[in-house]
Amino acid sequence: MRKPLSILGWVVVSVLGAIAISVIALRRGEPINALWLVAAATCCYALGYRFYSAYIASKILALDPNRATPAERLENGRDFLVTNKWVVFGHHFAAIAGPGPLVGPVLAAQFGYLPGTLWVLAGAVFAGCVQDFVILLFSVRRDGKSLTEMAKEETGVLGGFVAYAAVVAILIILLAVVALVVVNALKDSPWGTFTIAMTIPIALLMGLYLRRIRPGKVLEVSALGFVLVLLAIWGGQWVSQSAAMAGVFTFSAATLAVLVIVYAFAASAMPVWLLLAPRDYLSTFVKLGTISLLAVGIVVLHPTLHMPALTRFVDGSGPVFAGKIFPFAFITIACGAISGFHSLISSGTTPKLIARETESRMVGYGAMVAESAVAVMAIIAACVLQPGIYFAVNSPAGIVGATASAATTTISNWGFTVTAADMQALAQAVGEKTLFNRTGGAPAFALGTAHIFSQSLGGSFMAMWYHFAVMFEALFILTVLDAGTRVARFMIQDALGHIYKPLGRTSWYPSILATSALIVATWGFFLWQGLKDPLGGINSLWPLFGIANQLLATVALCVATTILIRMHRARYALVTLAPLTWLVAVTFTASWQKIFDPSPRIGFLAQARVLSTAPPTNATAHLIFNNRLDAVVTAALVSMVALVLIESARQWLKILSGRTNVQTKEAPFVMTRLAEERL
Amino acid sequence: MTHIRHALHILMCALREIFDESAYARFLERTRLVSSSDAYAAFCKDRESTKSRQTKCC
Repeated sequence: MRKPLSILGWVVVSVLGAIAISVIALRRGEPINALWLVAAATCCYALGYRFYSAYIASKILALDPNRATPAERLENGRDFLVTNKWVVFGHHFAAIAGPGPLVGPVLAAQFGYLPGTLWVLAGAVFAGCVQDFVILLFSVRRDGKSLTEMAKEETGVLGGFVAYAAVVAILIILLAVVALVVVNALKDSPWGTFTIAMTIPIALLMGLYLRRIRPGKVLEVSALGFVLVLLAIWGGQWVSQSAAMAGVFTFSAATLAVLVIVYAFAASAMPVWLLLAPRDYLSTFVKLGTISLLAVGIVVLHPTLHMPALTRFVDGSGPVFAGKIFPFAFITIACGAISGFHSLISSGTTPKLIARETESRMVGYGAMVAESAVAVMAIIAACVLQPGIYFAVNSPAGIVGATASAATTTISNWGFTVTAADMQALAQAVGEKTLFNRTGGAPAFALGTAHIFSQSLGGSFMAMWYHFAVMFEALFILTVLDAGTRVARFMIQDALGHIYKPLGRTSWYPSILATSALIVATWGFFLWQGLKDPLGGINSLWPLFGIANQLLATVALCVATTILIRMHRARYALVTLAPLTWLVAVTFTASWQKIFDPSPRIGFLAQARVLSTAPPTNATAHLIFNNRLDAVVTAALVSMVALVLIESARQWLKILSGRTNVQTKEAPFVMTRLAEERL
Repeated sequence: MTHIRHALHILMCALREIFDESAYARFLERTRLVSSSDAYAAFCKDRESTKSRQTKCC
């Protein structure tokens, strides 16, 4: 009786999913309710998890519950530890959930809600979840080895080197682009700047409280820190209304950029316990709480999406970033669909905690499903805004005009009605002077989130919710900035240690200061370049970041395909080969267009050519140099990945033609001794 | 009711793991120390190399 009921249940889920996708894909000319997106997502994820991941787990990977995992065999109470699967799931999700799935979908909403939604759903089910799952399992079977170690072993030294270089490049570009997002969100905003500035003393206080008053009570101090942050948001309103205080906390984008760079340098060089760790705790606390609240808010309010399914900007002329849906929608949305960065987490802490192989399905595939759901929420938050407002907030002055009347005229001429009075009223409602040209995605996400929270509670406290959302994103981003700068510093120190040993010592202060300065200067350079870019910075930096991130996913999928072939699973290799092929098509096309496209808004070299015809000034010379540098960085990244692809393909052919011995690099099988009750 | 209690227990365990409280408890058990300012300082030092090398995803 249970089986027919189960079949009936899954038929219902499939039919509901098909109806929901049909509605979001085919409805034209009238707004749809956000619940259709929620229904489509829920059904796709449920079907993908129940059937596709089960197929991969049983037919391809042959997960073995009796095989001891490194958490059991190498248990040391520190890195390797047998952990409950739900606890590992939470840990893994907290590590993979960053600002990417919030910002990317908001930017891609310029095409309408349809392209982003379809890519997030299909990309997650068939690519992102698969990548996270297989890399996690392969790392579990290799004593928790990292992606770079696996790449070196499976695809050769070149693979390891490219994975390492791609990670450093991604970190640098990621740090620059997220810093740009936070600078754009906080410029000329005394309320937002005050709130974020206050999180630094709050984090220091938390660090001291943990160390001196209540050692180890992290949850308690995080809750206390959260209350203090809420007070800071409330106090921010007072600051923004006080003429004297508002002046103190009003900064231009350039000044904020300098402050962010100085902060990251200090955070990278300071003891972890004092600033980095408490900020991380606070950010995680706010992140998990806000994401849960947003999910509840969307279901309670079930708002209408005002953005059309497709906008006129599918032709590549978008104001937020230039380029057609293919390939740019697929590199703009990374983390919600597939992100190479996740493969680092899947081969980092998580494989050392998994108690049974069978649990890697829930943790690897399942956590990515949750991450993808966050991206769907971001699409909803962006698309509940009136399109005119969305474009006024997200378009740079270089595209729509520097004045309110010029911007509203341009946007209204595109067919998205918005007036200067609407924008002024909205800015006043959220306690800002202006909302024009707030590029980067964060302010638009904050507006959408504030709308959902505020309307769910009867339409009040819009300004508080807006600044809560800005604080949430900025806190998130600054945590990525300080942790990322420190991680990049360690990677550079490891590499420099091969040249001059003392430089590799992570506790030697001259090395700490030199490498921190090097990292901060490198991403600071790209941040500065983004600020000076007349097209808004995001137009060049976000695609560069997307390309780098998806190229890392390409490396991860190359490694996964090689391992599958070595495991005599070549006939099933399509599960990783299909997303790999798609990513190669996307990233190589995007790289080609970003370098060589004749449109100056897309191609770096075309932009440099246009600038070279302008009267020569120092500023133009810098812009020309920046564009050429971006072209070189893109070309270098794509060339390295091309080499890994060629090397991997050579390996596959050698194995399949029997010219090489298939040697598995898996740790030998050891029977588990874990009793059921221990799990 | 039992299910809810079990779910809440798992949630608390997950939060304690995410927020390093469990790691601190394991450290105390491993080193046979009693929770104190010095013990927490030793834990922070012990954990620094792991914590500060953990990448934060985009």
